Amino acid sequence: MNAAGFPILSLITFLPLVGVLVILSVRGEEAVVASNARWTALWTSLVTFALSLVLWARFDKASPEFQFIEQASWLPEFGIGYIMGVDGVSVLFVLLSTALTPLCIIASWEAVQSRVREYMIAFLVLETMMVGMFCALDVVLFYIFFEAVLIPMFLIIGVWGGARRVYAAYKFFLYTLLGSVLMLLAIIALWYQAGTTSIPELYEFDIPFAMQVWLFLAFFASFAVKVPMWPVHTWLPDAHVEAPTAGSVILAGVLLKMGAYGFLRFSLPMLPDASQYFAPMIYALSIVAVVYTSLVALAQEDMKKLIAYSSVAHMGMVTLGIFTFNQQGIEGALFTMLSHGVVSGALFLCVGVLYDREHTREIARYGGVAKIMPAYAMVFMLFTMASVALPGTAGFPGEFLVILGAWAVNPWVAFGAALGMILGAAYMLLLYRRVAFGRITRESLKGLLDLSPREHAVFAPLIVLTLWMGVHPQSFLSFFSATVAELVQQHQAAISAGSRFAGL
Amino acid sequence: MSWTLALPEIVLALSGLGILVAGVLPRRDMTFPCTMLVLGAFVLAGVLVLMQGEGTAFGGQYVADGFSAFMKLLALAGAALGLVLALDWNRAEGLSRFEFPVLVLFATLGMLVMISANDLMSLYLGLELLSLPLYVIAAFARDNARSAEAGLKYFVLGALASGLLLYGASLVYGFAGTTNFDRLADALSSPQEVSAGVVVGIVFVIAALAFKVAAVPFHMWTPDVYEGAPTPVTAFFASAPKVAAVALMVRVLAGPFGEIQGQWQQVVVLASLGSMVLGALAAIGQANIKRLMAYSSIGHIGFVLMGLAVGGESGLRGVLVYMAIYLFMNLGAFAVLVAMRREGRAVEGVADLAGLGRTDPAMALAMAVFMFSMAGIPPLAGFFAKLYVLLPAVEQGFWILAVVAVLSSVVSAYYYLRIVKVMYVDAPLPGFAPRPMGVSLVLAGTGAFTLFFFLLPAPLLAAARKAVAALIG
Repeated sequence: MNAAGFPILSLITFLPLVGVLVILSVRGEEAVVASNARWTALWTSLVTFALSLVLWARFDKASPEFQFIEQASWLPEFGIGYIMGVDGVSVLFVLLSTALTPLCIIASWEAVQSRVREYMIAFLVLETMMVGMFCALDVVLFYIFFEAVLIPMFLIIGVWGGARRVYAAYKFFLYTLLGSVLMLLAIIALWYQAGTTSIPELYEFDIPFAMQVWLFLAFFASFAVKVPMWPVHTWLPDAHVEAPTAGSVILAGVLLKMGAYGFLRFSLPMLPDASQYFAPMIYALSIVAVVYTSLVALAQEDMKKLIAYSSVAHMGMVTLGIFTFNQQGIEGALFTMLSHGVVSGALFLCVGVLYDREHTREIARYGGVAKIMPAYAMVFMLFTMASVALPGTAGFPGEFLVILGAWAVNPWVAFGAALGMILGAAYMLLLYRRVAFGRITRESLKGLLDLSPREHAVFAPLIVLTLWMGVHPQSFLSFFSATVAELVQQHQAAISAGSRFAGL
Repeated sequence: MSWTLALPEIVLALSGLGILVAGVLPRRDMTFPCTMLVLGAFVLAGVLVLMQGEGTAFGGQYVADGFSAFMKLLALAGAALGLVLALDWNRAEGLSRFEFPVLVLFATLGMLVMISANDLMSLYLGLELLSLPLYVIAAFARDNARSAEAGLKYFVLGALASGLLLYGASLVYGFAGTTNFDRLADALSSPQEVSAGVVVGIVFVIAALAFKVAAVPFHMWTPDVYEGAPTPVTAFFASAPKVAAVALMVRVLAGPFGEIQGQWQQVVVLASLGSMVLGALAAIGQANIKRLMAYSSIGHIGFVLMGLAVGGESGLRGVLVYMAIYLFMNLGAFAVLVAMRREGRAVEGVADLAGLGRTDPAMALAMAVFMFSMAGIPPLAGFFAKLYVLLPAVEQGFWILAVVAVLSSVVSAYYYLRIVKVMYVDAPLPGFAPRPMGVSLVLAGTGAFTLFFFLLPAPLLAAARKAVAALIG
């Protein structure tokens, strides 16, 4: 059994489904059902979060191994098992998912008024799939969770989204599915080649280089869309703009991390030679993403779209960091993933606050908000600063480490990444200036109410996290240092073994 | 004479005759009792199939093995569920006649004979016994021009296919000297001596069977017949006879012609590729949901043929698993179509489903499950169906088939999503007439199967493996 003494990962994964059952069993008038659904969803997600804190407390940070492992036979004939476990790479993402879900539910408390029951069910199912994906240690199981995320997310965007929600939902679904099915073929090929689907066993298996190249490309098709990397990022702005606020938060906070997580879980450890081989391509795509999408963000008139493009840029830093193959780069990438999950989620919530009041996301329609909503302006500024990676906020340590790691590989790559940081400061400050400062241009703005207690409750934990991550990054970095060190060492060993064979 | 081996068929035939008499003699409407009797006969036949021994009978014309048992149970289940769907529908449409269940019974008898055929002659016999009742029930709404057209089209093209089959069978007989599957297998065991005549004969047989399973390029009748026939009849067409025809195709190609796989493999590969691509692309523009389902079924058959083309133990097992899962999720989707009645009339536009998520959340949820499952999204059953045919294809290196398969499943996801979108996003239309009991039952059963298959996939896989082992030894 594992360190917790009970199957904690399965419990965290499937507990939200219990909430779904409860919500499904509620009958009665619509208002009663809606209120019941909200409270049930909130309590379920809070209990799930509380349970996941056990991981935080009991996780052995010194060990690079998988922990809390659970195993059950599922399809013994095919060698597919139900294997769950977390290591330093995944444990914090489980926590991120369980932490963001209750916040999203609180954030949708009043914003979502139609079909509340279905909405809450979709969110709880989504939580199950996200957590399951980060815990799965069997490739087929991983694929099932990875793909199943599409169903609730399609519905969340398509049913509760904005004006062009149907287009955005289709685009999101089909783009992601197209990448994923190619990954499915790669998984099957890997499965056939290695004779196992267990991820820890696959780590031990050496794959010939020619096959690595094909597998890498197939995995890349899926993960690059999910990250998203330039030039397959175009679904993201649409999905973000049309999704309801909480949908955007989850999308930016967790779903985008699935691609980068995939690179760390599959591409790097299983396909080291191909990863090394394709690293220059990844650098190039990442730098283009960082610089180009930052420039695009500068030109946006829609707040959500601007933040969506900034997400692409930040994720460019992440992919760059991952493929530096050194301790600083990968740790920086992981830290950026976490901080971006918190900060961009919070920024979407900030936009949501304004949208709930004025029902527009157009930047030009705002101005002087700081005078009317001082508390909101403070919160918004904090997250803006975190997004531009001001030291002392969550954004800084990650991006700094990535640039450090990139410098070790190639100073020009580091230069590109640093350029992105400067542009990032430009578009975020521009956004903040246009929304918060200046004269109050419109009469209707004068009647805006400042943050409500419910909104304070949503932002408070995010503010604490943002400052905590900025002031004491070590309490998060320590979770994955050992795993990353192991990963880097394995990678070096595999590469040197590969070049030795190449010499023969 | 081991005639007891064929007890399921004999019992089914006798009860068919008995029910016919029971339907004619009384002066009142006997539809409901007859339907119940037929369902009882199906259950009885199912039990007998389970208890059936193994071996051949009737001079080698008839074979009973694990494979035939598996497929027979599927066919019986499909026919029974189809009949349940038809019961309320026929009453609402004023088509309540006791002949309907009896015709379904005889068609099912034909399927059982086909599945157990061990000779080209009994194969033909079973196929015709299946087809003749189908022609009649396709045109069962005889006052409806489209239904009559469907029946006629199906008859003309079906007769053509039968002709092709007979011609192919006679060529095989002429060049190989026997029609018995076992002796054919012996005769063809040395592949280098296969004459061109046999190969031509096989191609004709494959063409006829491709017609029955509606594979490209013999799919033309499908959309028209599916659209024209009464909806529960379409549901029946898309399920049980398809299982029987696929069973036949597997038995013929993997059995007597298994040794010369190289000769027919390309034909099946091409039919599979064509079906998958056409099924994905042609359904996109359809406004009638029955036509859409027709193209979708063509696409699914493409996946089934992929498993057959790859062959081997794992490929054929993929075929069997796929058919089992497809049967149930397809019947579930058709149950929703059967329930689409508004103001006393059946409606069949995709747009008629608008707002079902509000007017009937349970049915909309079930339909969404079937649609996501058909699109192959995990963790629903349809994903596993696709997984088990993709697996052997990748193992055996059929990369083109595998890549086309996954890409076409992405394209087809578009139109399955469209149905989900119409149900949940579009402005609601007035609700459908209350769901009949039969529909609710079928929906609950098939929905639970599709949704929870992932919890316990092992029994079905094991059964399929046993069936394949019985077939190829």
